[in-house]
Amino acid sequence: MECFWTWCCDILRNPTWFYLLTTVAKLALVFAVILAFVVLSVWIERRVAGWIQDRPGPNRAGLPLFLLRPFGSKKTQPLAGLLHFFGCPPNGRIARLCRWLRLDREIPTFGLIQPCLDGGKLFLKQEITPSYVRKFYFILAPMLVLGPPLVAAAVVPFASGVNTAFGDISMCVANLNIGPLWVFAVSGLSVYGLTLAGWSSNSKYPFLGGLRATAQLISYEVAMGLSVIPLLMVFGTLNLQEIVSTQATDGWTLLPLWGEGLSLQRWVLWIPMALSFLMFATCIFAEANRTPFDMAECETDLVGGYHTEYSSMKFASFFMGEYAAMVIGSAMVVTLFLGGWSIGFGADESLAAWNQWVAVICQFLMFLVKLLAFIFFFVWVRWTLPRFRWDQVMKLCWLVFIELAVVNIVLTALILYFVK
Amino acid sequence: MKTTKVIEVPNPSEAGPEYLREDADMPHDLVTLNMGPSHPATHGVLRLKLVIDGEEIVSCDPVIGYLHRGMEKIAENCHYNQFVAYTDRFDYLAPMSNNIAYACAVEKLLGWELPERGQAIRVLCAELSRISSYFLGLGVYAMDTGAMTAFLYCYEEKEKVHNFYEKICGARFTSSYTRIGGLTRDLPKGFEKEVLDFCDSAEKTVDELKRLLLHNKVFIDRLVGVGVITREMALQNGMTGPNLRASGVKRDLRKTNPYLGYEKYEFDVPVAQEGDCYARFQLRLEEILQSVRIIRQVCEDMPSGPICVQNERGVLPRKEDALQGMEELIRQFMVSTQSVNAPAGQVFFAAENPKGELGFFIDSQGGGTPNRLKMRSPSFCTLSMLPELLPGHLVSDIGAILGSFDFVQGECDR
Repeated sequence: MECFWTWCCDILRNPTWFYLLTTVAKLALVFAVILAFVVLSVWIERRVAGWIQDRPGPNRAGLPLFLLRPFGSKKTQPLAGLLHFFGCPPNGRIARLCRWLRLDREIPTFGLIQPCLDGGKLFLKQEITPSYVRKFYFILAPMLVLGPPLVAAAVVPFASGVNTAFGDISMCVANLNIGPLWVFAVSGLSVYGLTLAGWSSNSKYPFLGGLRATAQLISYEVAMGLSVIPLLMVFGTLNLQEIVSTQATDGWTLLPLWGEGLSLQRWVLWIPMALSFLMFATCIFAEANRTPFDMAECETDLVGGYHTEYSSMKFASFFMGEYAAMVIGSAMVVTLFLGGWSIGFGADESLAAWNQWVAVICQFLMFLVKLLAFIFFFVWVRWTLPRFRWDQVMKLCWLVFIELAVVNIVLTALILYFVK
Repeated sequence: MKTTKVIEVPNPSEAGPEYLREDADMPHDLVTLNMGPSHPATHGVLRLKLVIDGEEIVSCDPVIGYLHRGMEKIAENCHYNQFVAYTDRFDYLAPMSNNIAYACAVEKLLGWELPERGQAIRVLCAELSRISSYFLGLGVYAMDTGAMTAFLYCYEEKEKVHNFYEKICGARFTSSYTRIGGLTRDLPKGFEKEVLDFCDSAEKTVDELKRLLLHNKVFIDRLVGVGVITREMALQNGMTGPNLRASGVKRDLRKTNPYLGYEKYEFDVPVAQEGDCYARFQLRLEEILQSVRIIRQVCEDMPSGPICVQNERGVLPRKEDALQGMEELIRQFMVSTQSVNAPAGQVFFAAENPKGELGFFIDSQGGGTPNRLKMRSPSFCTLSMLPELLPGHLVSDIGAILGSFDFVQGECDR
């Protein structure tokens, strides 16, 4: 046993092996979290939609209690027995609450399992590849949609670093010095997926959808890139981990309330930062192809847009790709504007000083909470606003956003130069 | 009494789409796009053969008749009363209105006048079905422009009206409520109070819709100046109902030639001048409020008395009487087998239905069946506008324009 332990320590002391092992562990964590979030955001989407529309949304798929019977449970009404055991009146407030939660019928999951079951259903569905499609590209396209968001996630930091006895661990998969550029470059690749899907389907509605998607994604790519430049000018770095640690010590971009954030310059800079945030968030909406920018697949004129001809798991990968893009987009917004993993108000440093690992876990949870909040915002907008018309979307990008972004860059530069 | 209400649309010139004014200069490759008969935007089974240049529509050829059931021919082969059940299937989003329009047409042929309570109940039902039809139309319209939530808000109100249908006649959709010379049954107890409660919630939903959509920048940008139907175009194509009133023609049969005692109720006829998709949306919202007004007046002084024409040979006797009296038994037998005995003659009656003016022309040669029955369906006239209206618009506008027409294929194809 002891020799195994020393062997482990030996391996970890080797910098190469240490780097490899920690990277694999981080990869597994990020991959698992993103896939879980894809499923979770489907659930959030449907629950929030239900909430907005005065209906329950998915609340079933609990484990029915009759499943317990094979394991020796003879009782038909376990809830009644349980209530009696705790001395609750059978028609009291607690009993009614339990019944509202469907505890008398099942072990509730609040519909959380439903997206997973949906995935299973899609997996088992018949896979139809129409005879007239261009097969190679038809199969390639869904992969190109799902892949980029997952790869882009590599640079998003999810906690501050830790110093262990074996070396330092930076809590993002790849601590690149070109963070935002990497995200833009990689997520820009997903446009190939949509274009190829629309073109290879060899059918008119997907073709129109593919054309719209291509034009929209490329245009908003430009606006998105321009809209974050002011922020990068303020922080003076392209390393996302550094951007977030600066925000942790000196106040979030949109909440400069501690550290150096209380300076006059940062307060004046709040205006271009807010503008930048609005534009960047809108571009993320357009990039993720979500209402009000879901031109490429707006079902009322293009049936299903670029994925009209797709079925089964190929359709599911488009579906998942869209949600993955949404999760990564939210993660970028949170990282750049809302402080990323930082807990804020100087709590990060004091926590880290007390216990590094507790700090890292708290920061990770904080990051997830912020991510969830922004995904909620995504969903909220989708179920409230009508859809833009196609030409209005393009006009908004080329005539409003790009001009505004350039003005914003100049404004930021002026503030950085003159206001000290 | 003020009867006209002109609606203002914010900045029609600013929000109007530019591509409508630009001239296409370069020749492009044209694509033929087949939209429908099964397509989310074409509510039902309308098929549009579009020729598009990129995203712009060059020409449009609507193909109708996928829901043709030969209603007019069927009418020649069944009694007047038997045909009531078919009228449910014309405009299946407002079955009560069709029942009432048809019954009124036959009664006009017979020269019968309903007792006051019967008329009031018919007005109540007609206005309820108008509200339900408008709510569904608006909801689907909102969904076509991408606002899914508004659709469900509307649908909730529509479901409430269908609950009322169920209480009145036992069916939620295919009501078949009227008979020639009356109604199948009286209102249930306490019905008026429930309807008054519904009026409040309908007004609340209209208010919600106004705040959610009508004042929404995205929605305004999308609809103002799109699908403009001028007054002349509307009149030439025989448009009726809210679509016509949105183009600036103040014509409402309930005002111009009142039937069922509509002249007793106080209500306005909203008119909009713009004739675009936005005006049509706004006008329907306004008309819901006017219907609510009428319903309030009906419910507040609902007259008592019989609901059917009395002492006429065409109306079924009460079941108790039929079981005890010989004369009534004979009458029940005769009415069931031969229906009303109409005089020979020709008659046209049109009622202001949610989709427009639904007219029935009946040519009778005497007896219980018409020699010829011709329907004037408003949706047909509305859809005849499409080849003229769509060219120049974008593919994305189709949903908005079709949604704003609020047509029903069942009525168009008959």
